Amino acid sequence: MDNQLIAWLLAAAQTALFVGAAPLLAGWTKRVKCHMQNRAAPAVWQPYRDLAKLFRKELVIAENASWLFRATPYVVFSAMLLAAAAIPLVAVDLPTGAIADVIVLVGFFALARFFTALAGMDIGTAFGGMGASREMTIAALAEPAMLMAVFTLSMTAASTNLSAAMGYVLDTGLVLRPSFLFALLGIAMVAVAETGRIPVDNPATHLELTMIHEAMVLEYSGRHLALIEWAGQIKLMIYAVLVVNIFWPWGIAREFTMEALGLGVAAAAAKLMLAMVILVVWETVLAKMRIFRVPEFLGFAFVLSLLGMLTHVVLETGG
Amino acid sequence: MTSLAQLSLFEQAIIVFAALALFSSFVMLAQTRVLPLIYAFAWQGVLLALVTALVAYVSGHPHLYISAALTLALKVFLIPWLLHRLAMQLRIHLEAERIVHPSLLLLAGGGLVIFSYYIALPIVQRSGLATRNTIAVSIAIVLIGMLVMIARKKAVAQVVGFMSIENGLFFAAVVSTYGMPLIVELGVAFDVLVAAILFGVFFFHMRESFDTLDVDQLTRLSEAREPEAPHEASGAAPAGPAR
Repeated sequence: MDNQLIAWLLAAAQTALFVGAAPLLAGWTKRVKCHMQNRAAPAVWQPYRDLAKLFRKELVIAENASWLFRATPYVVFSAMLLAAAAIPLVAVDLPTGAIADVIVLVGFFALARFFTALAGMDIGTAFGGMGASREMTIAALAEPAMLMAVFTLSMTAASTNLSAAMGYVLDTGLVLRPSFLFALLGIAMVAVAETGRIPVDNPATHLELTMIHEAMVLEYSGRHLALIEWAGQIKLMIYAVLVVNIFWPWGIAREFTMEALGLGVAAAAAKLMLAMVILVVWETVLAKMRIFRVPEFLGFAFVLSLLGMLTHVVLETGG
Repeated sequence: MTSLAQLSLFEQAIIVFAALALFSSFVMLAQTRVLPLIYAFAWQGVLLALVTALVAYVSGHPHLYISAALTLALKVFLIPWLLHRLAMQLRIHLEAERIVHPSLLLLAGGGLVIFSYYIALPIVQRSGLATRNTIAVSIAIVLIGMLVMIARKKAVAQVVGFMSIENGLFFAAVVSTYGMPLIVELGVAFDVLVAAILFGVFFFHMRESFDTLDVDQLTRLSEAREPEAPHEASGAAPAGPAR
């Protein structure tokens, strides 16, 4: 009974850490990127300052906005919060991990995306509709690739639960699995597309012709914008944690002692920082692609995920 | 039924490199530019040589080291270098070919992998070798090489497809029976080398007679009645005129 309580407290603490650290991860990414591009870098705390400023600012809402427009930031943020709660960041086998498996996780993303697209169209501006249509085009192509990669993992671990999958990888130790290699590449490409990073979308600009995600949330201000930006940072962190913790789960806490948890936090921080450095290098060497080439990019991601599935069936199950 | 975790690290490495060789086949299927296509072929050769050397180490067949060295010399350095030089001489190294349905082509490749898994299944069930699962991969490399030859119009891509068929056959021999007799392997290797040189001569002839390397243009019988054929320097040439 007591153990159960500790586990729930830990789960709550892990979720709070996840949500609280997401802006820090975004700040770290921006800082590394600035250094990489020889620009003066803002402090890593800058995203917190931006969020605090936005929370203090007045809301400006268009006259013809419906309840949908006002509800969307809260829906999006709660979907990301629940998704973050379901992902093992520091410790596996937490009670919140049993709430949702990877398929529900993809569902949370779809829910958030659906409401963002509706809100983009709700105001009736040209940019909102354009952004919504682009976002849905990309999502329709990214989701099958994501699910295929996720199925590859779940077939290997014989479970769609993330904690169970990480536990399986930890139990079997270092095994070279070609299917994981392809699934990793597939998920990384999907993550880049879904979080609006460089070859697909540029998170830092508001250029009419190219923006995708920013076009939908252009009308938001004040605390609504703060919630949406925060949700975006959480989403980036979710994808980063998915990639590092599924493919390199070593260091994650398996029992709830102080040393194991401390090691878990340190390992998670180190892995995430390294993953973001890789993302930044990728973003620095690549140029943003034309929007009509994005389907090719995501088609390649799908083929990679499919290849992961095929190599799992052909090479890894044995005759 | 053996799972992957029970194999030794070297055997796992064989499987990873085999999967990467299959991936390089997919890259060849999708790559529209000439030079990256040649590099993808060279990388497949590297992976093939690595797999051969690892199989030699794991199975204790020293003659496979010679095959690996032969593969490295021919398929990684000599033939890609020949093709590279040809591409430079013919000034086609910057051209890109237009593939009509790239995603469909890649999915067809995936279908071929499933098909080769299906036909390799009886062999896999009877074999006791650690590398038996990779037989399906080698058949898939052969079939995808054929798909490259069917789907591509440019002669260079077809030659690369042909060479990758040979890669797949060599790979099948290595993983299913630990290699062919050395004399056969030497013979095949020199056949491939001669083929590469002959293809080069053929490219120049084709270029002189048709002014293009698009094999669809080979259906033209006489130049007199035909409308002006699209010059190949325009890159994405439309399908050939009425046959």
